[in-house]
Amino acid sequence: MAGRDFRSHESSRSPRWLTIAAPIAVFLFVTLIWHTLVVALRVPQFILPKPGDVLTAMWNQKTELIRASWVTLQASLLGLVASAVLGSIVAMMFSQSRWIRTAFYPYVIFLQTVPIVAIAPLLIIWSGTGLRTVVLVSCIISIFPIISNVTSGLLSIDQNQLDLFRMQGATRWQTLLKLRIPSAIPGLVLGLRVSCGLAVIGAIVGELFVASSGSYEGLGMVMNAKQANLKTAELMGTILACTCLGILLFLSVQFLGSVILRRWTRDAGFESS
Amino acid sequence: MFAIECRDLQVEFHGRRGTQRVLDGLSLDVPQGQIVSLLGPSGCGKSTLLRVVAGLTPAQHGKVSIHGKDVQSARSKLAFVFQEAALLPWRTVWQNVRLPFEIRHARNGPQLESDMRHCLEVVGFQSSDWHKRPAQLSGGMKMRASIARALITNPEILLLDEPFAALDDMLRSRLNDLLLKIVSESHRTMLFVTHNIGEAVYLSQSIAIMSRGRIAELVEVPFSYPRSAELRSTSEFASFYGRVSEALYRSER
Repeated sequence: MAGRDFRSHESSRSPRWLTIAAPIAVFLFVTLIWHTLVVALRVPQFILPKPGDVLTAMWNQKTELIRASWVTLQASLLGLVASAVLGSIVAMMFSQSRWIRTAFYPYVIFLQTVPIVAIAPLLIIWSGTGLRTVVLVSCIISIFPIISNVTSGLLSIDQNQLDLFRMQGATRWQTLLKLRIPSAIPGLVLGLRVSCGLAVIGAIVGELFVASSGSYEGLGMVMNAKQANLKTAELMGTILACTCLGILLFLSVQFLGSVILRRWTRDAGFESS
Repeated sequence: MFAIECRDLQVEFHGRRGTQRVLDGLSLDVPQGQIVSLLGPSGCGKSTLLRVVAGLTPAQHGKVSIHGKDVQSARSKLAFVFQEAALLPWRTVWQNVRLPFEIRHARNGPQLESDMRHCLEVVGFQSSDWHKRPAQLSGGMKMRASIARALITNPEILLLDEPFAALDDMLRSRLNDLLLKIVSESHRTMLFVTHNIGEAVYLSQSIAIMSRGRIAELVEVPFSYPRSAELRSTSEFASFYGRVSEALYRSER
């Protein structure tokens, strides 16, 4: 019986080649349908270009896309780092006082629920039309998962571990440094995984608003320009570049997170003192 | 003077369902160098008593003295071993055992290193395991590390809250022997919470049977030290086990 269960479990798992081949097959199928429909229905290129046209447009504007992606990547990274630092500081304050948490947490929710598109014009008035505003928008959009996950990590401490620190007469500062902060690192990594995609979205939204000034040249500005000139193939190529940027940042954070969290699960070199 | 003196302790917990009295005028004396087990059904207040003695839970009424002193001022003489090993997962065994010294900013250097090596060897760690993290250890090894962390500060009193409850019988038996060895070598006082009658009889000089927040009966264990695993298979052990079991049953009526 147990053997049969084991075999059925094994057979329900997809072979490794299938996990790679299946999504590629879906991609090729959708691309083929897309191409066929555009050709068959004679859809004008400015409405929906063929997949090949998008790739060609991407190749033709590769220098522009690479330069703009680099600018947007910098803004996204700065926004993510800012949200990680500020979010962790806010979370630490929340963890230290129930009063602070009760008084300020509703405003963090408020920040999360206010549509960034609505406040972006305000941010431009206050902060200008440069990189600073883009980073600010990116930070505002990506900060909530950091605050939420780090606060949770700082507060969800095993009672026995807290008692152990109390038994040794640990100060509040020692408990924060040696117990709460290390316990919150997995929460920070989880928050970063969620926030990295949001940071890219925030940077592009910010760029869409500041692009009109011409003092900043990120992917948002490129998208604005292509849309204004009805260069749909190039616009779709730019959207693809945005997606690649998001995936790149996500994979980087994922890798960094797994390296950091290795300390929680694997062995380390012997430290004798 | 007793190592631990509890006088007329009263602890109440206030919750949504009203007030629950967990300790109800409990008094207990634990002589220096003795192993005393607290035995009783779930919810009778064993763990709460241990936490009050450790100064982790305040008593609304009554007093606890450690060698005649107030608990807070005598805390450095106490060490607590929890039911879960409570090791910090990002630290190696070595770093976990060293933690009390980091918090206390206490002595460092070769003496500490030598004490730590000794401590880890006493609880049965091989040097190749010192650099492992808790995720790489078995349940028994985690508990050994937890005991080593408690011993490293050289406490006069060990408080153990069902430390072996989650372990299998074989491992529990081995760790019982380890505790006996540690106490016999150092003459420490030990207050030990358990649900297991056999464990209480094997380890202790006296067993405090608790019921409804009080000590219902204090039973002296007639077996002399050193004790070995063979004791468990003797008829005297079985007979005394039955006596304690009856006392436990009586206390619940």
